[in-house]
Parts: sequence; C-alpha cells; structure tokens
Amino acid sequence: MVYLTRKLEFSASHLYHNPALSAEENKRIFGKCNNPHGHGHNYTLEVTVAGEPDPVTGMVLDLKELKEILEREITQRMDHRFLNYEVAELKGQIPTCENIARVIWNLLEPKISKGRLHKVRLYETPDLFADCYRNGAHGA
Amino acid sequence: MSGGLKIELGRRYRFSASHRLHSAKLSEEENRRVYGKCNNPYGHGHNYVVEVSVSGAVDPATGMIANLADLDSFVEREVIEPFDHKSLNEDVAAFRENVPTTENVCKEIFARLKHFRMAKLERVRVEETGNNTFEYAGEEL
Repeated sequence: MVYLTRKLEFSASHLYHNPALSAEENKRIFGKCNNPHGHGHNYTLEVTVAGEPDPVTGMVLDLKELKEILEREITQRMDHRFLNYEVAELKGQIPTCENIARVIWNLLEPKISKGRLHKVRLYETPDLFADCYRNGAHGA
Repeated sequence: MSGGLKIELGRRYRFSASHRLHSAKLSEEENRRVYGKCNNPYGHGHNYVVEVSVSGAVDPATGMIANLADLDSFVEREVIEPFDHKSLNEDVAAFRENVPTTENVCKEIFARLKHFRMAKLERVRVEETGNNTFEYAGEEL
C-alpha cells in the first residue's frame, strides 16, 4: 500500500457561537472565538489517499485528478468564505477544526475514484489541527 | 453521524531545555562512544516541540473533542512548566535514573498526559530538532 498526500491552503473566516447557550456561556466556552464579527485563518489541508500504484501509470491516483477534486470540493466551497454562513455543510454546526475536518472527509470520500481516502488533516494554525480517518485505519 | 469516522485533535507546544546523555550503566569511555558529543559533561540544549493528539466524541454543543483552554492548561501544568528552561537531568525526577534521550522524554510526556480527563490521549510526538522526531502511543503500539 502506498500513501499519497496532497496539500492545499485556503483562507476563511468563522466564529464560534451556539444559539442554544446564553451569551455568558458562549463567552466562557468559546472565548475570543465568540467575537460576533468573526475572525479568520489560513487553513492548510493535507489529504492522504491510500492504494496500490497502477501497473500501467505507476500512480495510486492521478494527482491532476486529485487537484481538480480538491479545487472543486474544497477551494471553491471554502476559500475566502465565511464558514458559518456560506458553507451549507456546516450549517447548524460550530465550525471547529474537528467539524470542518469531518465535513471535508464527507465531501471527498465519495469523489476519490481510485484508491481510498485514508486521512484528512486540517491545520487551523501551525499549532492546531484535526485528523479524520476511518476507525482502525490510522498508523500507516 | 460520523459513521465509523474517528476525529483527533492535535496541538503543538514548545519548551527549551538542556540535557546530557550519560548512562550510569556504562563506563566513561562507553558513554563517550555511544553518545558522542551529547555526552559533553556540561550538557547542551534544544528547542523541543511537543505534538499532542487526543481523540473522543465531538460534542455537538461546542463542536469540540476537548476545549483547547483545558488541554492547554493541562499540558502547561504537567509538561511545559516543569520542563521549560530546565535541565532535564537535574530538574525532572524521572531523568535522575533514565537517560533523557528524546525517546525517554516522549514516554515521560505520554505518562504525564495520559491522565487528561476530557479526552483520550492518542499519542505524543516530540521533535528534538527539525530533523529528529520521536513518537509514542502507549504500549499497544
């Protein structure tokens, strides 16, 4: 098995606010991420696909194809967007790194035509990231 | 909702510390041979990076596995405060017996962090320099 990873960056704004909680609770739990006008990050996404290289092309998955999938599914949807208001898949969820990583997994998994999606790692800052993978698949 | 998906939260921390690699079980000569310049009697230092990964259910009310403020204050108390700007050999009890190689530093940090109550500690990765990285996920690895 070979693991292929492609990286991309996007910039987006978000805020953390749960309407079911009081203003004080929102402030206490989310701190400065609760600023009502939002704030932004440069996100870095690493997408890992696992598979056997095709004997004819030597590729697990054509990087060009992966790049197009990422452009269409992630960049166009999330880059220079306000994640709370402009990304339908995040409606009703707090757009934390954990939740965005899961949304990205769910967007990409059905689109990977060769090999299979192994891991999504999303960096919100260089010091904070979330990993999403199938139970039992990690470690390779 | 996650359908067999597992989510982990990863966070990077930093501390700077000195150490000397010297084993009481080896002779002076063997120590010099095994550890080379890391055996320098006065020690030397590194800027360590500690990457901590925790897993757990994502709370639908907060979107979080664990509140970062809780994780940060726990890691600060258990690891950063006792290790930062210290001599690992002299100032951290665990390294009076054990050689403070980054393998052992990694295991010691794992032992200190596995008691985090808000999420499950998955693994600890320690960068001694940009070129040397060590990872420990407990004994099941």
